[in-house]
Amino acid sequence: MSLLEFENVTLKFGGLTAVDDLSFSVEEGEVFAIVGPNGAGKSTVFNLISRFYDPFAGQIRFDGHDLLAVKPSDVAAFGVARTFQNIELFEHATVLQNLLVGRHRHRQTNLLQNILFTRAARKQELENREKVEEIIDFLDLQAFRDKMISGLPYGVRKVVEVARALATDPKLLLLDEPASGLSVEETTDMRWWIDDIRRQMGITVLMVEHDMGLVSGVSDRVLAMADGAMLALGTPSEVQSHPAVVEAYLGKAS
Amino acid sequence: MRIVFKTDYMQDIRPWKDGYQLSLYMILLAAVIAAPWWLDDFYLGELTNVLIWAIAGLGLMILTGHTGQASLGHAAFLAVGCYANVALIEAGVPFLIAFPVAGLLTGIAGVTVAIPALRLHGIYLAIFTLALSVLMDDIIVLAEPITGGVAGKYLGGVDILGLTVDRWGTPELFFWLVLAVAVLVTLGYINLLRTPLGRSFIAVRDSEVSAQAMGVDISRTKTISFALSCAVTGWAGALMGMYAGAFNNETFNVLISIQLLMMIVIGGLGSIHGAFLGAIVIGFLPQFLSISKEYVGAVFGGSTVAIPGLEFGIFGIILIAFILFEPMGMYGRWLKIRTWFELFPFYRKDMFKRQKSYLKTERLR
Repeated sequence: MSLLEFENVTLKFGGLTAVDDLSFSVEEGEVFAIVGPNGAGKSTVFNLISRFYDPFAGQIRFDGHDLLAVKPSDVAAFGVARTFQNIELFEHATVLQNLLVGRHRHRQTNLLQNILFTRAARKQELENREKVEEIIDFLDLQAFRDKMISGLPYGVRKVVEVARALATDPKLLLLDEPASGLSVEETTDMRWWIDDIRRQMGITVLMVEHDMGLVSGVSDRVLAMADGAMLALGTPSEVQSHPAVVEAYLGKAS
Repeated sequence: MRIVFKTDYMQDIRPWKDGYQLSLYMILLAAVIAAPWWLDDFYLGELTNVLIWAIAGLGLMILTGHTGQASLGHAAFLAVGCYANVALIEAGVPFLIAFPVAGLLTGIAGVTVAIPALRLHGIYLAIFTLALSVLMDDIIVLAEPITGGVAGKYLGGVDILGLTVDRWGTPELFFWLVLAVAVLVTLGYINLLRTPLGRSFIAVRDSEVSAQAMGVDISRTKTISFALSCAVTGWAGALMGMYAGAFNNETFNVLISIQLLMMIVIGGLGSIHGAFLGAIVIGFLPQFLSISKEYVGAVFGGSTVAIPGLEFGIFGIILIAFILFEPMGMYGRWLKIRTWFELFPFYRKDMFKRQKSYLKTERLR
């Protein structure tokens, strides 16, 4: 059984069909990339998985669960974590606090235990901190631990967002344009991190990305989309040379 | 320059940075506990008033400062707390039970308000809560059997374990009662901020979209925030009623709501210190004004008649000045001054300058 399955999913905004009868599945342990021109519906696919939108028709299943049956805030509980295209961090909190919010789905204390800071709450805080420190070490964020997000440069924020997603201990990591706005060095770093996330942590990665170098470097399979529909699906080189993909990006040869 | 070396995660989880900081706060607490011995009755009363405002400020800070939900209706919750407390005491419930229950009832009132308010953001929520504050006046008049309507109610001293605690008769006992409540609320607040619940409040404030993606239930979190905020405000209201002695439908008017919100903005949104600093400004400003008015009158020979609206005018000017020059409030200014001394002579002018934030997507609002 696949980890994530899209089955004939359609999403319409009024007259606009953002996602058109899309079916694909992501297997456990792979890096799956979605590419396509602007407005192809790539981020919309992510927002469908995050349950920000309700599809018009179709089925979305994750790890055997029907995602459409749960609230947006319960998607994380299944083990789905994501980053955003326009960085959505908690601006007026420190990096550490941001990562600790990532541990939210693992909390086991109630309101009273929180307010009284009981032994259980203290134990939980220490455990959370330990988990978060592992991720800080993994992504080299030690220098920024106590810095406010609002004072951090763009490249670091991108990494913090990945770190926060990893702090949830996910099975599936959704990366929405992880390399957009990053320098060449930062993109290379991101490439190795994505590789390590898959190999060391055993997390399945689904990403939307425009940088074809990054996509062909890390992904096992690529899905090309245009106007909400699937154009091609296959290995990076297959998709890059697919005539429909070439046409979508460059136009028809006259 | 003081550097704290961290060797243990508990150092970050503890509310204090190191022994030095802890001892400073302990000295402050000891000095405040001893206030009845070094302050006369008038200033002790003023200090009590400041502490009551600080408790109310802490209540609003939970909702506005940490969850990002602006409320212009907290005077209504002050009223609920106050009348609940009085009604319970008149029904023969001992104060030590009546007081916590009054807060609990206000919290429940807060939840009932939160449910329709959940869908509202920013200015719309402010208008909704403002309407609530205006309505409360009429509700108090209509609920005459409980509230005494326009004639109001009077609450003298209360009995706590055989001691009569009265604002006028035993001001020092009343002061200690208020101080105890303030300290307990502050400790609870500190604990809240270092556990998942408080962090989920901050998450909702800064980005609802990603809070949701991290598994934070937005509606639930906002409702809990309303409940906690209103409960604390209810306690402040109960104490305010005891401080005022007599109160009616006009005691907790819209202006109190606005004053509360202004107070936490001046003090510094999103910090516990902010509630206390703001309360000091609110509490001492009227006294400061009347004293300086007398002084100005004595020097320049003007009359000392009251100028209507002077207090609010000056208050407004202070607020505008803060929003223009120090949006982080008094606490933010204090942080800068402290950093200047700690880093001397390496403080840079733009150290606290914020980077212009990137386009914020509002698509999911």
